[in-house]
Amino acid sequence: MTGSSQLPPVTIRIRGLVKRFAPQGAEAIKNVTTEMRWGQITGLVGPDGAGKSTLIRMMAGLLHPTQGEIRVNGLDPRAQSGALREIIGYMPQKFGLYEELSVMENLSLYADLRNVTGVERDQGIESLLHFTDLARFTGRPAGKLSGGMKQKLGLACSLLGSPKVLLLDEPGVGIDPISRRELWKMVRKLSSTGMTVVWSTAYLDEAELCDEVRLMAHGEIKAGGPPRVLMDRMRGRSLRITGIWGNRRALLGRALASPQVMDGVIQGSSVRILLRQAGELPCLEALQAGAGASLVEAPPRLEDAFISILGGGPGGESALAAQLPLVELPPEVDPHAVIRAHRLTKRFGDFTATRDVSFTVARGEIFGLLGPNGAGKSTIFKMKCGLLKPTSGQATVMGIDLTSSPSKARQRLGYMAQKFSLYKQLSVGQNLEFFSGIYGLAGEVQREKIARMVELFNLRHYLDSPADELPLGFKQRLALACAVMHEPQILFLDEPTSGVDPVTRREFWNHINGVAEKGVTVMVTTHFMDEAEYCDRIGIVYRGELIALGTPDQLKERVASPGNPDPTMEDAFIRLVREADR
Amino acid sequence: MNPLFRRRLRALCRKEFFLIVRDPGSVLVAFILPVLLLFIFGYAINLDTGNVRLGVLVEDAGPAGESLLQALKGSSAFQLRHCGSRQEVMALLASGEVRGAVIVANDFSAKWLQGEGTAALQLLTDGSEPNTAQFIGSYAQGVYEKWDQGEAYDRGLVWAPVVELRPRSWFNPGMVSRNFLAPGSISVVMTIIGALLTSLVVAREWERGTMEALLATPVTRMELLLSKIIPYYLLGILAMILCLVVAVQVMGVPFRGSFPALFVISSLFLGSSLGLGLFLSTLLKNQFNAAQAALTAGFLPSLMLSGFVFQIESMPRPLQWLTRLVPARYFAHSLQTLFLAGTIPSLLIPDGLFLALLAGFWLGLTAWRSKRTVE
Repeated sequence: MTGSSQLPPVTIRIRGLVKRFAPQGAEAIKNVTTEMRWGQITGLVGPDGAGKSTLIRMMAGLLHPTQGEIRVNGLDPRAQSGALREIIGYMPQKFGLYEELSVMENLSLYADLRNVTGVERDQGIESLLHFTDLARFTGRPAGKLSGGMKQKLGLACSLLGSPKVLLLDEPGVGIDPISRRELWKMVRKLSSTGMTVVWSTAYLDEAELCDEVRLMAHGEIKAGGPPRVLMDRMRGRSLRITGIWGNRRALLGRALASPQVMDGVIQGSSVRILLRQAGELPCLEALQAGAGASLVEAPPRLEDAFISILGGGPGGESALAAQLPLVELPPEVDPHAVIRAHRLTKRFGDFTATRDVSFTVARGEIFGLLGPNGAGKSTIFKMKCGLLKPTSGQATVMGIDLTSSPSKARQRLGYMAQKFSLYKQLSVGQNLEFFSGIYGLAGEVQREKIARMVELFNLRHYLDSPADELPLGFKQRLALACAVMHEPQILFLDEPTSGVDPVTRREFWNHINGVAEKGVTVMVTTHFMDEAEYCDRIGIVYRGELIALGTPDQLKERVASPGNPDPTMEDAFIRLVREADR
Repeated sequence: MNPLFRRRLRALCRKEFFLIVRDPGSVLVAFILPVLLLFIFGYAINLDTGNVRLGVLVEDAGPAGESLLQALKGSSAFQLRHCGSRQEVMALLASGEVRGAVIVANDFSAKWLQGEGTAALQLLTDGSEPNTAQFIGSYAQGVYEKWDQGEAYDRGLVWAPVVELRPRSWFNPGMVSRNFLAPGSISVVMTIIGALLTSLVVAREWERGTMEALLATPVTRMELLLSKIIPYYLLGILAMILCLVVAVQVMGVPFRGSFPALFVISSLFLGSSLGLGLFLSTLLKNQFNAAQAALTAGFLPSLMLSGFVFQIESMPRPLQWLTRLVPARYFAHSLQTLFLAGTIPSLLIPDGLFLALLAGFWLGLTAWRSKRTVE
């Protein structure tokens, strides 16, 4: 990026933008100034609540700024909204499709609404059907399409009328990586014809593909530039400790405690760390990494840059784990199969949500289920917690059959649901009291436990506020607190980190690692590819079946080839899914 | 008219039509529910009190007592239950097996001959059901007077009143309450269709995120609003025709008015109830809340405050004023006029004006509240 004269012209200009939803309320967008250029894909990257959608909606004229100005192709979204709508294509988070209408009906509706008429209309629809590969499904109701196909149809609808500016609000959430890659190819093709694309996402790996990114947190743009440039700044600071002897999770804990290390995660059998300063290495002997361990430089990721900008991970030991007793299993429970699923099948009518799923999870193991939305992860999960009855097959935890004595089993397990499932109108304190109460805590023990949870999850400040008003990260913390108060031997976490910022995600994984160290058996679902690598073993769920099972390294090795000797988890996922499709 | 405007409006209406047809819920609310409710209101709610269970205890052994008993037996209003003792009468009344009782005391024949028959006649009614109690009271009195008259005539004592009252009920000669209830229940049914269906439609678009996508297209506020009114207006008119056919053909309610007048009044009424539903939907943006609000603000007042079940004249003053804001009041009144009396402009025009006013109010409020932003 030398010589600014070669940069394409600016299409979207934002100056001093402020947005407040209530006159005296907090600023959802705080003084944002930025630009987006012709023919480029600019990624708005950040956790839920960072202000991405608000910013995109203001560009689309769907929200009016409190202060500051926006120009999209020279147009003021407020004063020239009519003209603006002629040149933008906007895809909201839920794609904006009518589920009861067929693919063709959705397309012709939006063609009419976007004033696409005559020959242009027929050709436009024709070429979009071809472009999105939906021509075979024109008669199918949009509600019956897969997530990836819905996303493509949503894109096609927003592309009618050949917009100059395309605004996509989190188009990739929960979609399988294959569909995401296809979408990228399509959007890339569009931008190469001169379309300006704004793409918001919470996935940092996805954002690495953008021409430009704006890293957002708390309504501000914390950093911006081409992802390569941001990642290059991190060169020398990302390292991997490989050849570890012994417990890599304990090693991660020690590494995070050392002053040179800013952040760290488990990556398969190795530990990936982020240094505060390039060149200032931690001492491997002091970390007790073992004689065969070595530090290898790892290619930096955009996530490293974001974590560094946000001031590093939480670090240190998990305070939650520190106060948990070591799990002692009753002698009759097989420590290698604390959780066991045997040929689990669940049918809803003629739809098979999961088919013949079998696996076991050992004491202190973190077992991950990885798959796109709708693959069947949550169904497996709910059968494992006794919330759903399997159509056939057997689900046991600690040797207790969940079909015959679910309540006996439930006392042993903690469950954190995917959607925030605490009482929204109750205060934080009341929620803690209620959930500890239903698990049988009472009196002094209960009071002490609640006090400890409040302290270690930093909830004191919110103790009297309704749970609904908490920021997302704190909601998740409260949910986790409610799930672990009764010191369960097994912990089920359904997408615990979806939507939270990378630093809070680290904190969660710090806790998860910590409780696993104490012997708690953990089962977790995720659709973040990188998170899968934090697990000891993962099962890949696709169309209701467990198509692969193994350690992250094993799965990656399975797809390694001379052309791609060091595949990512996403590469592995895509290959395994393609093989399953065959 | 701008051709693009027409094109977009047509596309939106067509979309709305598909959504209605493909959503079994809307079909249920629009076509099955009206017929069902009409039958429930028409047959299950019955304000005619015939065949009331009445206990009788005759202690008097004289001929007068026996003859009065025969007169009571002959009345079609009562279903008699003979009792052996006063205790039995009380027990039957307490258990609700009879709604009232006539006790003919043992000195009745003697007293009656002295012209003081009522002194030895006791009528007990179950005051926990005041309407029935009143009915029994007046009917029993009627039977007694008629019997008294007949007996006097038989004995040669001609008892002729100077003025004879011969009541005749116009418009509903048989006093069949169904004839009066059916038009009233049509107004309730139409309120449900108008307010409930439309309360869901805008909120649904917000919930599913389609509203956001629509707002980012060149669609105008007017087009959006019209696209919600036109299809549901047509649906409402269809439901109205269905109600009319069921009421006249199946339930045998007469229709004496003119169809154009019915059409105009129904259209004005639909304007106000669609407006109410749309307003709630626009305001609340949540299907569940909007439906709750529509039921509370639409259905309940149309049932309680329209004069359909409870007479407005007998309500407390403030409530009477409140009924002036309930569109179903004017609609129920107009329908009763059209069904039972005919096209009477002096009644229909004020109703129509009020309905137009309310329609303008709700639709105007909706237009004012709908924004081109997602805030």
